[in-house]
Amino acid sequence: MSAADEAEVVAEGQAVEAVPKRAMTLSTGTSLTVLLVLLLIPLLVKNFIIFQMTMLLIYGLAVLALNILTGGSGQFSLGQSAFYAIGAYTSAILMEDFNVNYALTLPVAGIICFAAGFLFGQPALRLSGVYLALATFALATAMPQLLKLGYFEHWTGGVQGLVVTKPDAPEIIESALKVVHLKMSQDMWLYYFTLVITVAIYLWSINLLRSRSGRAFMSIRDNEIAASSMGVNVALYKTLAFGVSAGITGVAGGLGAIAVQFVAPDSYTITFAISLFLGMVVGGVGWLPGSFVGAAFIIFVPNISESISKGLSGAVFGVLLFLVIFLVPHGARQVAIVGQQLAGRFRR
Amino acid sequence: MELFTNQILAGISTGAIYACMALAVVMIYQAIDHLNFAQGEMAMFSTFISWQLMQWGIPYWVAFVLTLIFSFAAGIVIERTLFKPLAKAPILTNVAGFIALFSIINSCAGLIWDFTIKQYPTPFGSAPFLGSQLISTHQAGMIGVTFLLLAALYFFFQYTRVGLAMRAAASLPESARLVGINTAWMIALGWGMAAGIGAIAGMLIAPVVFLEPNMMGGVLIYGFAAAVLGGLTSPLGAVVGGFLVGVFENLAGTYIPGVGNELKLPIALALIITVLVIKPAGLFGRPIIKRV
Repeated sequence: MSAADEAEVVAEGQAVEAVPKRAMTLSTGTSLTVLLVLLLIPLLVKNFIIFQMTMLLIYGLAVLALNILTGGSGQFSLGQSAFYAIGAYTSAILMEDFNVNYALTLPVAGIICFAAGFLFGQPALRLSGVYLALATFALATAMPQLLKLGYFEHWTGGVQGLVVTKPDAPEIIESALKVVHLKMSQDMWLYYFTLVITVAIYLWSINLLRSRSGRAFMSIRDNEIAASSMGVNVALYKTLAFGVSAGITGVAGGLGAIAVQFVAPDSYTITFAISLFLGMVVGGVGWLPGSFVGAAFIIFVPNISESISKGLSGAVFGVLLFLVIFLVPHGARQVAIVGQQLAGRFRR
Repeated sequence: MELFTNQILAGISTGAIYACMALAVVMIYQAIDHLNFAQGEMAMFSTFISWQLMQWGIPYWVAFVLTLIFSFAAGIVIERTLFKPLAKAPILTNVAGFIALFSIINSCAGLIWDFTIKQYPTPFGSAPFLGSQLISTHQAGMIGVTFLLLAALYFFFQYTRVGLAMRAAASLPESARLVGINTAWMIALGWGMAAGIGAIAGMLIAPVVFLEPNMMGGVLIYGFAAAVLGGLTSPLGAVVGGFLVGVFENLAGTYIPGVGNELKLPIALALIITVLVIKPAGLFGRPIIKRV
């Protein structure tokens, strides 16, 4: 019996691979280059692509949130779509029923989701590995049904969902641009708005993971028992990780509602939660910049596989996913590390 | 009172479906320590194979046996080619692999047999069973087959050499290897058996829920709920759990106000979470004690 238990311990320990703290981010130079590219893109492309880029940033935020939970504190979640839905509905209801400014709905969405995540983290405390995946899976499947409930129909619009108006750029910016004979489309404004929030949250997340709390998360991920004997309040930090992750997902959900201009229960099914999870695996677990690579994967790859074969798009998607798992098991992080080494050799 | 008994009977008959699926879930969990999210799709694909064989004029039971052989082989092939290389990878990677498999099988089935709903024959007939309108002979047959399967599994694990070897490989892989058991093949065998049981479950369920590529979605979730309730380590628990979930679902739908059909799914999920929090090992499972 005892040897079997030891085997269990080993298996549990390897649930999430340890990622060194430094390896979690990009260097400053690379980050600034990427930011510059992101700033310039909308000036060069059509509105539809700008919209897709906005969605990429939003999904990237949601994957980032999951990455903090899984890559940071080592807990699973297949239920992120539930928090995304709560965030989206909060924003939509505040905007449409209470006429709150769209920018102000986001912090509210974040706070409500933080609370929801923190509360869900309480029962999740007793679970780990497969069991936690299952419980969060249950949450994600239940969410669309709950949103359709008759009790909330007055607020949520039931199966029909809610339509959200798209915000214009603020007048100060519009009039400033008028001086130089330029116009900012709604899509473009929304893109920059999303970009600012994304960058802010990204920087905040990096700082979080470098802080005392971040170290606590990672110590729990690497060895829970050792962490608690070092004085880390395991229960508190585990639920806190859930809360933070849910909060960021909520903000992403709110942004998503504004960008898509529509919320409905069936947009937030388990399929969405699974794509976010895949985004994390493809981007590299625990590597924050990879979240955006993963988001690109889940937005563009289904389109690509559909263009390869309409009837078999699911199969092509699955095969591509297997290729990623087999060829680059550490996701985009591995590609980045190899790239860095090549660049280093080149410089010499 | 009659309403109550009727609901329990109805619950038992739907529970039989969940019990079948839960049995397959537990089988694979025993062999590989993971929940296979593609289990339902594998079962669905096997059911389609048997349907196709019957379309070609092969009698039911011959098609049944051929499908079992096919599923068993396919389970082993999937393990050997796709999941054996991932054995040492983190759980996360494995889950992603299951999702990829799910997507591939679902899409292929849709392409080969398209998404229209098909009738599926039953070998037991669909007359009322013992004069009760609530349980048909098919459902009674399904319950019978589930228990037969359970008995066969019990016999296999308790009294055959291979069964013993599989148990050894699952509980103490290293020691099992030292006494000469090929543990890698035992895992493959576990996949094959789970695929076979899934195929039986699929063929029994299909006359009730009809045959189509997405038929397993809801059933698999209830199967998970049943497996968790009964305990992921116990085949008997899975079957009992299946019946309990079926009964519970029906009673909740009838007696708790506001719970209509639309809330049945969240009820099952609330059940999963409650069980996991109160008794993570399930009713019949054995708790896993960790040594530091």
